This record gives sequence, structure tokens and C-alpha cells, in this order.
Amino acid sequence: MLAAKRQNLTELAITRLIQLAGYLSILFVGLICIFLLKEGLPVLFDVPLVRFLQTTWYPIEGYYGILPLLAGSLIVTFGAILIALPLGLGTAIFISEVAPNWAKEVLKPLVELLAGMPSVVLGFIGILVLSPYLRRLLDLPTGLTALTGSLLLGWVAIPTIVSVAEDALNNVPPSYRQAAWALGATQWQTIWGITLPAARSGVLTAIMLAVGRVIGETMAVMMVTGNAPYIPSFLKVFVSPIRTMTATIASEMGEVAKGSAHYQTLFLIGIVLFLFSLIINIIAVTVSSRRLKRSERLLS
Amino acid sequence: MFLIMLLLAACSSQKAEVPLEPAPRASAYIQISGSDTMVNLALAWAERYQQEHPDVRISVTGGGSGSGISALINGTVDIANASRAIKEEELQKAQQAGYNPQEFIVARDAIAIIVNPQNPVTQLTMQQISAIYRGEINNWKELGGEDRPIVRLSRETNSGTHVYFLETVVRLGNPKDKTIFSPDTLLLPSSEGIIAEVRDNPNAIGYDGLGYVVPEVKVIAIARGRGEPFVLPSTETVNNRSYPIARDLYMYTREQPKGVIKDYLDWIVSREAQEIVVRLGFVSLEQSGVSGKTAKLD
Repeated sequence: MLAAKRQNLTELAITRLIQLAGYLSILFVGLICIFLLKEGLPVLFDVPLVRFLQTTWYPIEGYYGILPLLAGSLIVTFGAILIALPLGLGTAIFISEVAPNWAKEVLKPLVELLAGMPSVVLGFIGILVLSPYLRRLLDLPTGLTALTGSLLLGWVAIPTIVSVAEDALNNVPPSYRQAAWALGATQWQTIWGITLPAARSGVLTAIMLAVGRVIGETMAVMMVTGNAPYIPSFLKVFVSPIRTMTATIASEMGEVAKGSAHYQTLFLIGIVLFLFSLIINIIAVTVSSRRLKRSERLLS
Repeated sequence: MFLIMLLLAACSSQKAEVPLEPAPRASAYIQISGSDTMVNLALAWAERYQQEHPDVRISVTGGGSGSGISALINGTVDIANASRAIKEEELQKAQQAGYNPQEFIVARDAIAIIVNPQNPVTQLTMQQISAIYRGEINNWKELGGEDRPIVRLSRETNSGTHVYFLETVVRLGNPKDKTIFSPDTLLLPSSEGIIAEVRDNPNAIGYDGLGYVVPEVKVIAIARGRGEPFVLPSTETVNNRSYPIARDLYMYTREQPKGVIKDYLDWIVSREAQEIVVRLGFVSLEQSGVSGKTAKLD
């Protein structure tokens, strides 16, 4: 009787603790959000919005145009996904559909190891090896360009794409493939015509998560993209130096006087980044919940 | 990353605020942060001083002159290193916070203009360098070099060197000039980043404190104007003021220094500490004739 009561108490305490942990993380996200808004939004009263929509970023002299930073982040992210998508998806298909068991067992942990690589190490490789190499190979004025950043960030994004896309491919019921093979489809026809379309929403989620991972990456891009805050011309978009929002916050936050317009502008950039990752996460969640509904429909 | 450093500094400075006990073994902590140009110098000073005074612990971090001064105002460090004088608005902030910052000139530094050794250009006038960084000269051909695009390198805007270079070189010391760096100037986060890119890239031009220059890059001789002599930076040319891009290096304290901090600052202007200055490629106070006295601010 007493033992049962004590067990109930323990049960209760543990449940409460778990609840608390869950609510705490929601609370923290909320607090971060409030903090960002509180520090960043007041600048809109001091500096008219139109001054942020300029193309010159030189905050120590009062130029607050954040367009070059936005462009920089988007260019690097787009390039990184362009590189990571085929490589990551190919790796996922290979691991899930093609590779023999022993290769699977070697590849999966290796890809996960890649995910654990600190980005500052990638930055070193970028600055000492990749950027001099790209400069010579493409005969560029400098190797510190958006392309260098994209290549490194593609590297960062690959593990995310591989693990999420591979899960999605694994979740495709084996009966689909068997049906395709029974109809005489080759392995490639099965992958391209059956498995990949069936796992489409999982693959889309993988891309979205990778975009979120890449746009928030800081250290590696700060080291290799040259940090020049200007919008490159269309033809040279990938081979020009750019400056991302994250690198701007990281390199300037240490110096600004608290509460100054420059400080608040950096928080405004933080809000923009926060909105980006919010939108990306919402898309990822909608896409993946649609997958749930579909599989429910399939099961019924 | 810098925030973490600040946090760490904040945590440990609380320790330093514990009143020093009169016991002979009492340890004192001095927190120093600021200019990246000075960080190696400040570390070398701290190391030597701690060897002689084992009861004193000195920690030094970089991050830029602006960071150091704001850390000083926020109360997280005891001394700020700065490669530029404190700005009017920073001084006001400090006074609002109830402090009365004290300025000490602790050494002098020359800024070297560097290019890749493959670049045939060996000398430039101040006006030419200014035009390069304003974006008016875009090819080495215009300066008697090869037909190569010019890649401009600069430190980040939080660096005292950046501000000094903007005022002294890009704007040629004219306070009414509001020109800024050409927007395609690469802003690199560290002195080493600039050295690395110049060492590798024959298109690049950069600037860095003389103490950071390595033999793998070429230092450019500079003339104040057309027809004037071209001068390479060295201890001698900085001392006789013939090299045009040289500046004082400062340390700031919140109040008139007392106790351990005063002892440390007194030691820094001593012959022994100034020898370290020379060894690290900077220019020492005695040679340049700047007195080591407190320069009180109005």
C-alpha cells in the first residue's frame, strides 16, 4: 500500500519534471523572441524604414542599408543548396536503395561524423586550401567569394539532407518497390518513378531543414566570403565577395555601444533571420505533416 | 564567440572585485581586453609581469578597440587596450555610467601597406592609396604594375586600425571628408586573415600593424605626396615622423588607477616593458619621445 503510494508520488514527480522541461523550452523560445523584438524594433522609430532598404552598409557612419546583407545570405544559401541537394540526395538514395549492407553500416556513421565537424575547422580549410585553389582555377581577383562559402556550406548541409531524406526513403513501404520490380521496372526506374515520388514530402522537408541550417551558419562564411557588403552584378553573382547577415552580427556585435542605433539594427537583422528560419520551419512542418496524412490514407 | 568571451570576462571580473586582503599571499586579478593590434603585446607584457609578480593574475583578450572600451564602460574589464583614442560619445557614455576614464599612451605603432611579393609595385603616395581604397583606381596597371584587378583588403569596422586607416589614409586626415571605403573592400575579421590573403593573392593590397607583417609579404614605401621621398616603415622612420601612417597605442582605465593596476601601468612605461615593445615590432615610448604620463581627458 505504502510502496504503491510512493511509486505514485515518484511517478507524479517525474511526470511533472518532464512537463516542466517541455514548457521551459517553449518559454525560452518565447523569451528569445520578446528579447529580439524589444532590442531590435525601437530602431524603426529612430531610423525610417527606407534607410534600411538602401544598398550601403557602413553602420559606423550611419549607413544602415541591409539589402546587401540579405542578398549575401540568400546567394550563399542558394548556392549551398544547389551543391548539397544532388550530392545529399544521391547519397541518401545510395544508402537507402542501392548500397549493400556493409557499405550502409560504414556510410551512415561517416555522414553523421560529417555533421559533427565544427564549422570553424571548415573555415580554416576554406581559407587555406579552397579559396587559393578556386582563385587559380577560375582566374578570379580573389578566392574569398560567395562560391567558396557555398561550397563549404554545401558540405555543412549534406548530412542534414542525407539523414532526413534517407529516413523518408526508408519509410516508403517495401511493397511499392516489389510491385515495381514485379512489373519489370529496373532499379533506376523504381527509384526515379516510384520510391522518390513516394518520399517526396520527406525530401522537401530535408531541403527546408538544410536551408535553415545553412542560412544560420556563421563562422565558416565569415572566414571565407570576404565580407564585402555590396550586391554583386548578376553575371558574377557567385564569384564575387559578399557579406551575410550572420557574419555581420557576429563581427559587429562585440563592438557596438548597447542601445545605439547600430546595436538595434543588428538585432533587427537578427529578427529578419529569425523570421526566415520561422518561415522555413513552418514550411517544413506543413510538408511533413502532409506526409503523415498521406501515409494514413495509404494504411486505411 | 565574442559574446562568450565577454561573458567569461564578466564572470571572472566579479572575482576581481573581491576586496584584496592584506595577507601577503593575496592574489590580484587584472582583466584586460581590446585592440587586436595590441593583443600580442599585451600578452607579452602580462606574461613577463606575472613572472616577476606571481601574486598578480592578468588576463588579456582581443576583440577590437571598440569592444575593449565598451567592456570597460560596462565594467567587465579593468583596462581597455585601444589603438585609437577614445571617442567623444564613448567618453560621454563612460561619464554617464559614473566613471572618469584615464588615458595612457603605452607604445607607438606603424601601419604597413602590404602587397604580394609578385606584385612589381614597390612605392605609392598617400593620395594613390586613398584613391585605391575609395574605389577610384581599380587596376594595378594604373600604378605601374601588371594588368591585374586590385583586391582591397581591410580590417572589420570594429577594429581601431580600420577607423585610423579611414581617417588618416582614405580621407587623408581631412575631418570634413565623409568618403567611406569602396563597398567591394573585403572586410576580414583578423590581422592574420589579411596576411594570409596577401601572401597568396598577387591582386591584393592590405594594411596591418607593423608587428604583424611577415617576410612573405612585401611592404610598400609611402610618400606623403607627389615629389616627396618614399619611406618604408621602421622604428627609425616612425620616430623621426617621416613615415606618415603611425599612431599611438593606448590603455584606458575607468578611474585614476590605484594599487595593482597603477603598479602595472607604471611598469609598462618602464625600460624593461618597453624593450618588449621593440621586440614585437612596435615602437617604444622612449625612442619616440612620447612621455608615459597620464593624459587626462577633459
